[in-house]
Amino acid sequence: MSMPHWVKNAGFVLLIVVIVIQAVFPFYYAILTSLETGQAIFDVNYLPHKIDFSNYSSMLGDGSFGRQILNSVFVASVVVAISLFLAVTASYALARIRFRGRGLLLLTILSVSMFPQIAVLAGLFELIRAMGLFNSLWALVFSYMIFTLPFTVWVLTTFMRKLPVEIEEAAIMDGASSFTIVRRIFLPLLWPAIVTTGLLAFIHAWNEFLFALTFLSTDSQRTVPVAIALISGRSEFEIPWGNIMAASVIVTLPLVALVLIFQRKIVSGLTAGAVKG
Amino acid sequence: MKPSTASSSLSRQRLRSAWLFLAPMLLVLFAVAAWPLARTVWFGFTDASLDRMGKASWIGFSNYLDYLDYGNGTGEYFGLLVDARWWRSVWNTLRFAFVSVAFETAFGLVIALVLNRQFRGRAFVRAAVLIPWAIPTIVSAKMWAWMMHDQFGILNDMLLRLHLIDAPIAWTASPETAMVAVLIVDIWKTTPFMALLILAGLQLVPGDVYEAAKLDGIPPVRLFRKVTLPLILPAVLVAVVFRALDALRVFDLVYVLTPNTDATRTMSTFARENLFDFDKFAYGSAASTLLFLVIALITISFINLTRMNLEDGE
Repeated sequence: MSMPHWVKNAGFVLLIVVIVIQAVFPFYYAILTSLETGQAIFDVNYLPHKIDFSNYSSMLGDGSFGRQILNSVFVASVVVAISLFLAVTASYALARIRFRGRGLLLLTILSVSMFPQIAVLAGLFELIRAMGLFNSLWALVFSYMIFTLPFTVWVLTTFMRKLPVEIEEAAIMDGASSFTIVRRIFLPLLWPAIVTTGLLAFIHAWNEFLFALTFLSTDSQRTVPVAIALISGRSEFEIPWGNIMAASVIVTLPLVALVLIFQRKIVSGLTAGAVKG
Repeated sequence: MKPSTASSSLSRQRLRSAWLFLAPMLLVLFAVAAWPLARTVWFGFTDASLDRMGKASWIGFSNYLDYLDYGNGTGEYFGLLVDARWWRSVWNTLRFAFVSVAFETAFGLVIALVLNRQFRGRAFVRAAVLIPWAIPTIVSAKMWAWMMHDQFGILNDMLLRLHLIDAPIAWTASPETAMVAVLIVDIWKTTPFMALLILAGLQLVPGDVYEAAKLDGIPPVRLFRKVTLPLILPAVLVAVVFRALDALRVFDLVYVLTPNTDATRTMSTFARENLFDFDKFAYGSAASTLLFLVIALITISFINLTRMNLEDGE
């Protein structure tokens, strides 16, 4: 009431501009740097003036980075496939069948999803060495279950609970087995939730750093976050920032694209995982 | 056959399949969570080292606290509980968690309130806001490390141009600003998550509440304090707790952005450097155990406080 209308409007627009710029600028600047080479990198620029893809070709042509991307794709995909398979059946039991200890079980699953990864690191390291999986991608597939599985089970359970009882009553009366009910009735209804949780689990696995840093030891086995973290020059003054930024853009662009395409689904998945708690 | 026995055999059959469905998941969770956790706790009470893990022997609480008697009436305490580095890491972690979550909540709330209004291009703004969240932590750490470079960084360039500083700042290298650098990156990266959770809470507030308030001429600030805030408080609290638990175990960002400085060492980086870099595997396990205890305590009190009704899921 006290401020004129246009002042308020201008303030709101300014706020929006600030929000958008702070969100977008760092990634924009990474792209900008990735397109510069030589001395040009060390001159601060706000706008692109010469576009040069040689950082990209040197990263992708080098061989090991390409291999590391494939490692990441492999680990994240297998982790998502296995945890979704285990989670769909488990969450059916948790959401639709009444049994004693169900509340406690859900509580346990929720608390596992809050486990600090460092708390299991020593024990997992011993276990992975004992299983002969050290420096194998399967070590990551195995250990990533600790965060993808509780998360997928939790979100799919909340989703399945919201479905009405009637949809399976007839099937139960007809004597259909529980497995048939899951496959024929729930799976088709679950697709949207499966896509969302699968996507979030994929992103989580793609970004994971601590286990990948600890359980893999050679360059050819590494996943991309560790690879990027370990790119270094011979000295502080020879850090190849152009290459680092090119690698960063390569591994981030698909994620940004996925997130923007699926933004509505992701938002609903995140809130199901947290707010419904 | 009487209907009651038919239905009870049916429910028995469903009960059997419930456990059959749960078994594989429980087995995996046992193998990746329960067992390794138990082993970590156990290692914390032994003299285990990286190359002789199998032959570790029990030494009680010595990793936590031990008194070494020098025999001449003097002695010294050793162990995690009297380790200044450890307490520095605990303090760093708590400070990091508190400050980052406070700022993320405040900024998240502002962004959520903006996104909750109707305006042209809202979809575009929401997409833009999501970008920091979509970027892997390691990549954000590297991006900001470059932007915060002491000589060629664009952040110093901006601040110099705006005359906010007189000389370039060595953001990540100097002990005074290292924690600030870590906080800036974390707040930048995680505010979108906060904003989304708060926005979801805001969208549950029925629109007619605002209509009525508008008709009654209630000023917006009061409307926010008296109506909106109480309604979204549960959502905000859940988001705060989730973020706080996440912040207490921070590792990636600190490890990449400001490696090996006392100024930013957190409980997680302390534990890992002892486990794998200093060859003090047992000591690192003890630190991991303490970190676990802290987080478990917070989680349990949170679950009790909110009295989550898990049986009905309401």
